Amino acid sequence: MKPKLALYWASSCGGCEIAVVDIELKILDVAGFFDIVFWPCIMDFKYKDVEAMQDGDITLCLFNGAIRTSENEHLAKLLRAKSKVLVAFGSCAKEGCIPGLANFYDKKTILDYVYNDSPSLEAESKGVYPEMRTNMPEGEIEIPEFWNTVKTLDQVVDVDYYVPGCPPQSFQIINVIEAVIDILKNGKPLPPKGTILGAGDKTCCDECPRERKEKKIKKFYRPQEIIPDPKECLLDQGIMCMGPATRSGCDALCVKANSGCRGCYGPPPNVMDQGTKMVSALSSVIDSTDPNEVKEIIKTIADPLGTFYRFSLASSLMKRVQQKNGEDKNRKF
Amino acid sequence: MINVNIDGKEIQIVEETTIVRAAESAGIWVPTLCYSELFEPYGVCRICSVEVIRGKRSRIVTACNYPLRDNGTKILTNSPRIQTIRKMIMELLLSRWPNVQIIKDIAEAVGVKEPRIKCLERDEDPNACILCGNCVNICKDVVKANVLSFENRGIKREISLPFDEKSDECIVCGACAHVCPTGHIKIKTLGYERGALQDWYLGPKTAINIPTLQAVPRVPIINEEACIKMQTGGCGICSTYCEPEAINYDAKDEEVEIEVGQILLTTGYQTIDLKQMPQYGYGRLDNVYSSLEFEHMLNSTGPTGGTILCKDGSVPRAVGIIHCIGSRDENFHKYCSRVCCMYALKFAHLVKDRTPAEVYQFYIDMRAFGKGYEEFYKRLLDEGVNMIRGKVAEISEGYLTNGEKPFLMVKCEDTLIGKFREIPVDMVILCPAIEPQFDASNIKKIFSISQSPDKFFLERHPKLDPVSTMTDGVFIAGCAQGPKDIPDSVAQASAAAARILSLISLGEVAVDPIKAEVADEYCSGCRICNSLCPYTAISFEEEKKVSFINDMLCKGCGTCVSACPSSAITGKGFTDKQILAELEGILSV
Repeated sequence: MKPKLALYWASSCGGCEIAVVDIELKILDVAGFFDIVFWPCIMDFKYKDVEAMQDGDITLCLFNGAIRTSENEHLAKLLRAKSKVLVAFGSCAKEGCIPGLANFYDKKTILDYVYNDSPSLEAESKGVYPEMRTNMPEGEIEIPEFWNTVKTLDQVVDVDYYVPGCPPQSFQIINVIEAVIDILKNGKPLPPKGTILGAGDKTCCDECPRERKEKKIKKFYRPQEIIPDPKECLLDQGIMCMGPATRSGCDALCVKANSGCRGCYGPPPNVMDQGTKMVSALSSVIDSTDPNEVKEIIKTIADPLGTFYRFSLASSLMKRVQQKNGEDKNRKF
Repeated sequence: MINVNIDGKEIQIVEETTIVRAAESAGIWVPTLCYSELFEPYGVCRICSVEVIRGKRSRIVTACNYPLRDNGTKILTNSPRIQTIRKMIMELLLSRWPNVQIIKDIAEAVGVKEPRIKCLERDEDPNACILCGNCVNICKDVVKANVLSFENRGIKREISLPFDEKSDECIVCGACAHVCPTGHIKIKTLGYERGALQDWYLGPKTAINIPTLQAVPRVPIINEEACIKMQTGGCGICSTYCEPEAINYDAKDEEVEIEVGQILLTTGYQTIDLKQMPQYGYGRLDNVYSSLEFEHMLNSTGPTGGTILCKDGSVPRAVGIIHCIGSRDENFHKYCSRVCCMYALKFAHLVKDRTPAEVYQFYIDMRAFGKGYEEFYKRLLDEGVNMIRGKVAEISEGYLTNGEKPFLMVKCEDTLIGKFREIPVDMVILCPAIEPQFDASNIKKIFSISQSPDKFFLERHPKLDPVSTMTDGVFIAGCAQGPKDIPDSVAQASAAAARILSLISLGEVAVDPIKAEVADEYCSGCRICNSLCPYTAISFEEEKKVSFINDMLCKGCGTCVSACPSSAITGKGFTDKQILAELEGILSV
């Protein structure tokens, strides 16, 4: 019997699904080797199909997306129960990613903005909030509950392995899938639990071909303010680059495109909190001893929270900003 | 070599020797006026005219610039023909400049008493310019500044500067005055102006000099900025006169690399720039001196030979000594410079000793803290020095209606009697604050040491370790560490030397085990840490593209540990894991 493969898309943009398909002809190997039992994005499956399975029936589940709603949470728990190996696939599942930035706010603030305060709303639709339950001719339907806090997969269920990246690079996905097939075919031992697959142990700088000098930063430039030198380290030029505090694995994709690393591969092996590490590193190389000048230099960093915690807020030490409107009432974890 | 005959004397000389030199070697006197060995003979005065006979031909030439080339040349320096010519020349010169000493002397020597010619425009000035051109020639040939030149022709001829203005090309060397035979050109002291040495303007100083009589080694040095040879490539006269050929213009400051194990920093101090405080008039008013300038004046080998004189050469009637200029001052330095009170008292004593002047000490607090200091203060009080407790507000010039020489008015509040006072003095001595050298922060960076808020080098511990710094092997002593007097400096330097020797005699040093280390497998060479280390222990290995920490230099401060964005640097004994475990342990109780 073929090993069973499940893929699920929780709170995410869908990029991870595209990345899986982006492995091109290798997808045939996947389809040939595995029996795909659940992949709502690609094929028609129902939740009840999964619920009907035995516990541990699914050999491998690649779970992408953060846990944003009660539905995400339900599926996370369900797939955990039914899967032998659960992989947090992609940055959202691993560390919260862009959905995790919602942790700067809370449910009320977000809903108020989206359904009432947003300047793009038309007058008549202002203040129209979605209702949890609606009676329709077919019967009562309900929408999942929107939680106050976005969580990562491993904050909700036990996770075996992680594949970082937003999205994980296709060549890394191929590596991971080949390794899995190799393990399953030849009965090789699994890597230790918690291993980060499809990434390196160093930082983005290791893969970056640019020339680095001793760092001294006088000003942080926004992209429209400077044409970066393609050979010099971007940080040396004052362009925000999260490379030094980001795990290697993407083959320096962004920096090779003359753009600063955004940090999607998450913190390097020994780093607990990517954002604070980067803040600590940058504050060490600001080229001034005059407190007022330092303040001016720091002011040139646009959106510091969103820059340093773009991908890792939900999994960071602080996880979210302080809640004004209380914790989720209905949340059970 | 050729043989020539001068006045019947056969002599052997080198070819191309001029007649003047040949005659000199033969012991025969030829009168000269414009001739100088310092530059190419110009032959303008014609007084050295001699008769040269070659075969049957005889001709009159100037001895100063006629080179002898042919064997058997005959020279007559005192033939009747020459005598007539010389007399004529001297009569002409004397009729124009009847009072110039050198012309009178030569005229007398050639037998001219009163010129037969009457000159309409006689120059009666004994120091008049006789247009010998020596100044023009030395400026052109030797100094190579080309400032002086002849102007006009005939009776209107004169020496002039370009456009008759003070020239920027003039390097104020004084060579023209040196060669002027009449003393027409004089050297005027120009104070701070270009060419004059600027550190001590109290008196002249030559480009080549022995700095002080106490200098070690006591040899002359050449001041590169004032030396004509070094500035223009001209002159070089000192080397022609130096018999042992000890003068070397090519000697340059050189950088020498020496490997050492320990370093004692004794970079000293500088005094505050007194021009920051215009109310005291330093640099603006005459007879306002800084203490170091006054000390220079007191020096028996100094410009005045130790006599205390005002700028006009008079002995001061009263001298004011003002303490705490820039020290104990919220606007400049809050600290006390520690040495001023005592040297100010010494000045007062010396002024009392050497002049009949009244001495006023303007002080905030008298700090006579050292051994024997208080006794010295007591003695000064007995000597009748006027002590005025108060900070001086202003020094201004005062004039008397009777036309007597102007004085300096010192305005201050006398806090002991609670009155505002104005005290006239002739000379003011300011005691400037001691401050760190202007480049102390560079030295700090080079040696990875720290500076206290007042920018003096910071010792490791103010009481327990006042000679060493936070960098092992780097010691400090003297005013580099803070203002102090000579006994304190000597004590501190001796302590530092003893520390250094004790380490040398040990042969090995024990170092602290707490260090930072780089895990090569995690370092990606982002180089964030490279410029951070206060001990310069971090370097970058270009080949491996990783940073490297030198164990011997690392002090385990942890700066790089917290900055490393990939946590590739860990502090031995203080890893994240250990700290988190400790926290967990504390929080679990």
